[in-house]
Amino acid sequence: MDEATRGLIDALVADARESTADLARQTGLDEAAVEEKLSELEAAGALRGYTAVVDWDALGEEHVKAVVEVNVELDRETDYDDVARRIGESPAVDSLRLMSGDYDFAVHVSGDSMGDVSRFVSEQVAPLPAVTRTVTHYVMETYKERGVDFTDRDDDDRLSVTP
Amino acid sequence: MTDRDDRVESDGGAARGADPDGADADAGRESGGSRFSPADRVAAVPPSGIREFFEVAEGREDVVSLGVGEPDFTAPWAARSAAVDSLERGRTSYTANRGTADLRRAVADRVARYDQSYDPDTEILVTTGASEAVDLAFRAFVNPGDTVALPTPTYVSYEPGVRFAGGEPLAVHTRHEDDWALTPAALREAGADEADVLVLCYPNNPTGATMDADEMDAVAGFCREHDLLVVADEIYAALTYEGDHESVATRPGMRERTVVINGFSKAYAMTGLRLGYAMGPESAVDAMTKVHQYTMLSAPTTAQRAAVAALERCDDEVARMRREYDRRRRYLVSRLREVGLEVSEPGGAFYAFPRVADVAPDGDDRAFATELLEAEGVAAVPGTAFGAGGEGHLRLSYATAMDDLKEAMRRLERFLS
Repeated sequence: MDEATRGLIDALVADARESTADLARQTGLDEAAVEEKLSELEAAGALRGYTAVVDWDALGEEHVKAVVEVNVELDRETDYDDVARRIGESPAVDSLRLMSGDYDFAVHVSGDSMGDVSRFVSEQVAPLPAVTRTVTHYVMETYKERGVDFTDRDDDDRLSVTP
Repeated sequence: MTDRDDRVESDGGAARGADPDGADADAGRESGGSRFSPADRVAAVPPSGIREFFEVAEGREDVVSLGVGEPDFTAPWAARSAAVDSLERGRTSYTANRGTADLRRAVADRVARYDQSYDPDTEILVTTGASEAVDLAFRAFVNPGDTVALPTPTYVSYEPGVRFAGGEPLAVHTRHEDDWALTPAALREAGADEADVLVLCYPNNPTGATMDADEMDAVAGFCREHDLLVVADEIYAALTYEGDHESVATRPGMRERTVVINGFSKAYAMTGLRLGYAMGPESAVDAMTKVHQYTMLSAPTTAQRAAVAALERCDDEVARMRREYDRRRRYLVSRLREVGLEVSEPGGAFYAFPRVADVAPDGDDRAFATELLEAEGVAAVPGTAFGAGGEGHLRLSYATAMDDLKEAMRRLERFLS
């Protein structure tokens, strides 16, 4: 990857709301080149989306997150992609990954209540013929999400002017 | 050590106790209650040029500081964890004067990437920060009255260091127009052909300037021709964004006349761990080690363990920090040009050094920095803090989070309009 592309991706990962002008300033590209590069990366499926990192607790909103471990048993007609497609359809699913280790899928789920999440698991995951077992872990506290620290630590203890 | 501490204590006691009701004691109280007056070579060095900015900036809540000369990252976890581990294992003794053998070996491996080759047993000395190495070099090689050529603007410690060692600093002006590169013409113009030692600091604090291969060849040629020793402070080598880091020591005939200084503070964000190193021919490192063993004894043991981990396991983190600095660098330079300030492209370190002479009151960078701090709460270091060559400029550090950098530039833009 060339340096400008890497810089562009770094900048967006740090802050997806960066303006085109600021992206240009940070990468040494001009604005038109930034737009073009972004379109290319989007078309290639490398930049899949831009979304907000929300701390629901700070909003005082009821919001429940869980990680669901799912074990599956495949047969001749069903592969991992088929199961993933079915589970991933639900808007309750924030992320879905095939894992190595004791279980097959890690499903990150969110909903307005524990009831929502439970219903998703019992109605949309457990009944799938390939699914043999689910284990639901409710999130108790979020400290960091997608690189964003939720703890609001201000730990810059440097002196403000030094040589 | 204990004896010496005791002696200082009892001398102080005797001074306070002498003739408590007499005129001498009153005079002592009036002048702050001390009978000490600094030695001439200490008194001759002016106080730091940034103290007042520090005090104002620390006293205000809303300050965005671009005045900080150290990374805004924390040292990589692997390095911190090695420090903790070292303490837990009770490694609290001195190390060998030159530093632990495994650290010196790791340093030798590392600097190979700059084509530098030094024997870890005889040609590397681990010091308490690169700052100690700079001081050792001056004390080891500068005789009273020797001339030490210092490109200006440059880092604030060299000139006092030379004076403490009894040497005579000679300012060599580098210019914005040359992108702050040092040239043989500038050296000649300053009379550096008659000097004994030349100090190089590239990538440079405060300008961010780097030297390309041709420029470094030319300076090396000048040093050979006029038989100068070189102290090359390469503390920012790992933070080079344009091209490769060029070391004067790798030029023909330069290894034998150069002491290279580097360290962990900038690349690994380990400023507070105070660890650096000096490399040079055996006789040079022996001389520096002699001063070191009678003053510092050995560099901090805990930091040396951390440094080994830093060298062996933290390349990815260094690369990540470097990329982040690079993005901020490009951003800052673009914005400075947009608001109408001239700035030469800084190829390394984490500073930009724009010219403010045309917009400052009477062209005075110090007045500009003071007004900027008072009016907009943006702290920056005036160029003259780095010597006469920095006149009319301002050092802005981008070891500053992107959001703060943006806010500082908004304020600077408002200040200028």
